Amino acid sequence: MFNYTMRRLLLAIPTLLFIALAIFLLLELSPGDPMADMPLTIPPDVREQMRLALGLGEPWYIRFVKWLYLFSVVEPSHVLASITGLENLAIDSQRIISFQTRSPVGDIIAQRLPQTLWVVGLSYLFGIMVALPIGIYSAYRQYSWFDQAGTFVSMVGFSLPTFFTGPLLILIFSIWLGWFPIIYDTTLVVDSWHNFALQMRQMAMPVFVLTLYNAAQITRFMRASMLDNLTQDYVRTARAKGLTERIVVLVHVLRNSMIPVITVIALGIPQIFTGAIITEQIFRVNGLGQLLITAIYATDIPMVLTLSVVFAILIVLFNLIADLLYAVFDPRIRYD
Amino acid sequence: MTDAAPTPAPDTARIRPPRNQWWDVWDQFKIHRGALLGSIVFLAIIAFCFIGPLIWPYDATYIDIRARNQGMSWAHPFGTDQLGRDIMARMMSGGQVSLAVGIVAMGLAMLIGTGIGVLAGYFRRIDGLLMRMTDLFLALPLLPLLLVMSMLFRQPLSSAFGVETGMFLLIVTAIGITSWMPTARVVRGDVLALKEREYVLAARSIGTPPRRLILRHVVPNVLSPVMVSATLMIATAIITESALSFLGLGFPPDFPTWGRLVNDGIDYLQQYPGRAMLPGVFISLTVLSVNYIGDGLRDALDPRIRGR
Amino acid sequence: MIRRMALFGAAAALSLMPLAASAERGESGHLNIIYWQAPSILNPYLSGGTKDVQASSIVLEPMARYNEVGELVPWLAEEIPTVENGGVSEDLMSITWRLREGLMWSDGTPVTSADLAFTAEYCMHPEGGCAQGSFFNDVDNVEVVDDLTVTVHFTVPKPVPYLPFVSAQSPVIQAAQFADCLGARAPECTEANFNPIGTGPFRVVDFRPNDVIQFEANPNFRDPALPHFATLTFKGGGDAASAGRAVMETGEMDYAWNLQLAPDVIETMARGGQGVPVSAFGTLVERIEINLTDPSPDLPPETRSTREAPHPILSDIRVRQALSMAIDRELLVEIGYGQAGQVTCNLVPAPPAFASDANDACMVQDLDGARALLEEAGWTVGGDGIRVNADGDRLVLDYQTSTNAVRQDFQALVQQWWREIGVEANLRNINSSVFFGGDPGSPDTFQKFYADVEMYANNFNGTDPEQYLGAYRCGLEPRPASQWQGENINRFCDPEYDALHMQLAETASIEERARIARALNDILMQNYVILPLVHRGRVSAHSVTLGGVVLNTWDSELWNVADWYRIEE
Repeated sequence: MFNYTMRRLLLAIPTLLFIALAIFLLLELSPGDPMADMPLTIPPDVREQMRLALGLGEPWYIRFVKWLYLFSVVEPSHVLASITGLENLAIDSQRIISFQTRSPVGDIIAQRLPQTLWVVGLSYLFGIMVALPIGIYSAYRQYSWFDQAGTFVSMVGFSLPTFFTGPLLILIFSIWLGWFPIIYDTTLVVDSWHNFALQMRQMAMPVFVLTLYNAAQITRFMRASMLDNLTQDYVRTARAKGLTERIVVLVHVLRNSMIPVITVIALGIPQIFTGAIITEQIFRVNGLGQLLITAIYATDIPMVLTLSVVFAILIVLFNLIADLLYAVFDPRIRYD
Repeated sequence: MTDAAPTPAPDTARIRPPRNQWWDVWDQFKIHRGALLGSIVFLAIIAFCFIGPLIWPYDATYIDIRARNQGMSWAHPFGTDQLGRDIMARMMSGGQVSLAVGIVAMGLAMLIGTGIGVLAGYFRRIDGLLMRMTDLFLALPLLPLLLVMSMLFRQPLSSAFGVETGMFLLIVTAIGITSWMPTARVVRGDVLALKEREYVLAARSIGTPPRRLILRHVVPNVLSPVMVSATLMIATAIITESALSFLGLGFPPDFPTWGRLVNDGIDYLQQYPGRAMLPGVFISLTVLSVNYIGDGLRDALDPRIRGR
Repeated sequence: MIRRMALFGAAAALSLMPLAASAERGESGHLNIIYWQAPSILNPYLSGGTKDVQASSIVLEPMARYNEVGELVPWLAEEIPTVENGGVSEDLMSITWRLREGLMWSDGTPVTSADLAFTAEYCMHPEGGCAQGSFFNDVDNVEVVDDLTVTVHFTVPKPVPYLPFVSAQSPVIQAAQFADCLGARAPECTEANFNPIGTGPFRVVDFRPNDVIQFEANPNFRDPALPHFATLTFKGGGDAASAGRAVMETGEMDYAWNLQLAPDVIETMARGGQGVPVSAFGTLVERIEINLTDPSPDLPPETRSTREAPHPILSDIRVRQALSMAIDRELLVEIGYGQAGQVTCNLVPAPPAFASDANDACMVQDLDGARALLEEAGWTVGGDGIRVNADGDRLVLDYQTSTNAVRQDFQALVQQWWREIGVEANLRNINSSVFFGGDPGSPDTFQKFYADVEMYANNFNGTDPEQYLGAYRCGLEPRPASQWQGENINRFCDPEYDALHMQLAETASIEERARIARALNDILMQNYVILPLVHRGRVSAHSVTLGGVVLNTWDSELWNVADWYRIEE
C-alpha cells in the first residue's frame, strides 16, 4: 500500500504538469478577451496598449513557463511565509498577477477562502450528515412512506436548478417574511453572540440550497448501493448467525455499500474549493466560486489558470484518497 | 384450473414454452407501482411535447403583443409571456428540445462513463492512464472548454447538418463529454470490488473470455449506480443546456427550452410566479418519473428480487 | 521644556480644529451602496470598466466634471478655462488649469500642480497600458507653471480641449503615492491601486477586490461640513434583480446602480415602498448595425466580411430602409425600457444642440411602405411568405447580439416584424465576453461581424461626438490586416462624410460644431447603415431615506456622494 501511494504521488507530478498545460492551452484558444468588459468608448489602439501591458504580447510558451515558475516556487514560498509568520521565507519577486485587479492572485484566493469554507464547506458537511442516514434508512425500508418522501424531496431538490431555488428562497424568506438578509456581508467578524446570530442568518439560505443539492445526490447513491447489498447472500448468513439487525445493516451491509458513496464524496470535496458558482453569485457570498466565474467572464487567464490547477491538485489528491479508502472498506481490493 | 379444462401434466410444458427472460422482467416491472406510474407520467410528458403542438393552435414564437402578460385562461391555459407568446406552446416546443437533449446527452455520458469505468476497473494495465484522463477532464474548467468547442465546431457542424441538427449535435456532445467522469469513477470503484468476488473468479477460472465476462457478469452488477447517475444526469443535462443557451452556446434564442424558460421567468418570479415554476415542475416531473422507471427496471432486472 | 509644551498646545489646538468645524460631518451615519458588478481595482487608469471608474470616483476627483445636464463644472479647478477667459490659447494648442487653493490629499499633504503633471506622465507612459489613453491623445507635454497651475500643450489644435483631467475617467492621482508605479511597474503597486489617496469625500479603509469596499469620511475634505455620511460600504456582485430588491423591497441597501430590468419588474419592486427608481439620459443608443459587406462562410477568410465583398442584399439602400421602416420603436421602448428609454432616430441623441430632427419619420412603423420598397427593389413574396429576387435568392438575414434578456426580446419582436414584410431573420445570441472581446481568432466578435445585422448599444464620453462620429470614416473598418480591430463596424465609406468630419475637427464654435455633427449624423441615418432603436437611459434606485441623489449619466453616478444625506423620519 505504501509503495502504491508513493508511486501514485510521483506519477501525480507529470499528470499535473500535463493538466496545467492543457488548461493553459484551452484558455489560450478560448475566444475571450480581457478587454471585453471595457466600455466601447475606449478606442482599439488603447486596448492594444492595455493588452501589451498585461504581458499578452509574449509568445504563449514563455508565458506558460513564467507562470509555472511563479506557481511552483514563488507562490508556495508566500503561503509558507504566511503560515509560519516568517516573512523572510517569501521569495521577493513578482508574483502571479491577476489581469482584473493587478494584484497577486494568491492574496485574493486567501481572502476568499474563509467565505467559501464557511458556506460551501459547511453545506457539504451537512449534506453528507443528512444524506447517509436517510439513504441507509430509505434502502432498509424500501418503498415505505419515508423512502417515498425521501425520494421525492431529493429528486425535486436535485432537478431544480440553484438559479431557480435561490431567487425563490430570497422572495419567500427575505421579501415576504423578512427573516434573512438578501446581501451576504463578507466583512462581518464573528466576535460576539450577536454577530454569530447575524452570521447564522445570512448563511441560512445559501447553506440550505447547497445542502439540499448535495444531500440529494449522495442519498441516491447510498440508497442504491445499500439496496444492492441488502439482498446478498452474506446478509442472509449474518442474520442466520443471529446477529442483530443493527449490526447486520450498519456494519456488514453499510461497509460493503460504501464504495460508490466514497467515490461521490471524494469527487465532491475538491469542488468545495471551486465554490458554488451560481449559489455564491445569487446570495453574493463572493467566495471562490464567484471569483472563478468573474475571472472566466473577464478572461483573467492567470486567475483562472491558478484556480483550476489548484483544483486539479485537489482532484488528483482526493481521487488517490478514495482509491486508498476502497482498500480499507473492501480488503479484497489490492493494488500491489 | 384443472376443473375447467383438465389437461394432462406432460402437456403443460408444451403449452407454456420456455419464456423469454424479458417477459419475466416485464412482469416484475408491471407490479412495481412507482415504475408503472413513472412510465405513465413520462409517456404523458412525451405526448404533451411531441403530439401537443399538432393539436395546439398557437406557435411557440408567435408574438401577440396585445395579449402580453395574461394569466391563465381557456385561450392560454398557462397564460402568455412578456411578449404575448403562448406559454403552453412554448412549454411544448421547449420540452421537445429539453427531453431530446437530456436523454441523448445522458445516454452518451453513461456510455462513455460506464465504458471507461469498467475498462479501468477491470484491466489494471490501463487503469492508471484512464483515471489520469478522468482527472484531466474533471479539472478542465467547463466554460472555456465549451467556448472553445463552440468556436471550433459550430460553423462546420451547422453547414454540414443544418443549424438545428448541428447545434443539437454540438450541445449533446458538449454535455456528454463534460459529464461522464463521476460515472466512470463510481463504476470503476464498484468494478474493483466486483472483480474480486467469487463468481467472477469462478467465471474466470473456467476460461470465460474477458469480453463475455465483462458484459455478462460485471456490467449487470454495476447497473444500479449507473441507473442513479443516469437519472441525475438527465436533470443536469436539461439544466446545463439552459446555461449553454445563456452563454450563447446553445440553440438560437427563438428556440425555447425548459431550462431557458426557467431562466427567463426568474426576473418575473414576483409578478408571475408560474412562469418559472411551470418549466421547473416539468423538469422535476421528468426526472422523478425517470427515476421511478429506473428503480422499477433495476428491481426487475435483479433475478434475486424477481424470484420473490 | 516650555517650547515643548507650546508645541503640544499647538498640536492639540490643530487636532481640535477640524473637530470643531466638522460638527456636521458624518451626522448621517452609514451609507450602503450596491453595484451588481463588483469593482476589481480603484485605479481608473488601469481599468476602464464602468464599475471601477465609478467606485474610484468616490476617492479620486478630476479638475472638472459634467453635471447632470451635461455642463462642465469646475471641481478641483477654480474655473473652467475657455478662450474668453484666456484659459485656452487662441490657436487652441494649449489649455491652462488652475487648482483651487488649499486643497489637501486625504493624508494631509497639499495638492499641487506636480500631481497634475505626474498624472499625465503616468497615463502617457508607453508601457503603462493606460486605459484612459484616449483622454491624453495629442498631448505634447504638461507644463508646470506654478504651484497651482499647469498648461497642457497639444500637438494639434483642439477645438474641445476638455479631456485630460476632466470627468471621472481622468482624475488626479497623488504623485507621491504612485511615483514608483510608472509604466511596466504599474501592476506591482497593489497597495496604491487598491487604496488610492485622493481628494474625494471618502477614503478607503478596506478594499476586497470583486467583493466589497469600506470607506470612511475623508478628514481632510475641503468642505468641513461634508460628507454627511461617516462611513460607506460599497458592495459588489450578484444580479440586478436582487440588487433592486435590496433597495426597494427590503431596504437593506440605500443605493443600487444600473437596474437593467424590464419596466414592469422595476414597477413591482417599487411597490415595496422602501426605495424609488430614478432615471436619466446620456448618449447611449441601442441600435441595429447593418453589415455592408458579405459575411458568407463560403468566402475565403481574407475577403469574408471585408470591403472587397459587398453585401449581396444589404448593399441596396431600399432594403436597408425597409428594414428600418418595419420596426415599431415605440413598442420596443415600452417593452424593454419603460421610463428609461426614448424612441430615437439618431445616432447622436443628445445633447439637444447636437440632436438632429431630420430623421424623425422612423418613429412611426410603416409596414406597407416597407413592403413597397422591397417590391421596388425586386424582392417578391415567395411561396413560404419570404421574399425572393429574380435569381431565386431568399431574403434571409443572420441577426446576432449579445446575451441579455431585453436584447433577446427585441430580437423576437424585430424578427416578427421583418417576417411580416417577408424577411426571414435567423437569430443568434453570443456571450458578451466573446461578443465584445476583440479576439481576432473568434468568429463571434462584433468587430468581425460574421452576420448580416447585429444589435448592441454604444455612446460617447462627455458631450462632444467628434471621436464617436469619426469611427465611420473609410479605412477604420475591422479587417484581417488590422487584426479585426477598428470602429467602423458597418464598413461604411463615403468621401463626403470624411471631408465633413475633417471640417468638424477644425471648427471651434459650438454652434458650428453642432451643425456639422448633425449633418454627419444625418448622412449615416439617411444611408440606413445604422438603425437606431432606443435612446437608453440609466435606471438606478435609492432608498426613500436617502436624500441628495442627483442621477448623472454624463459622469460618475457617485459624483455628488458628498452631498448625500439621511432623511430623518
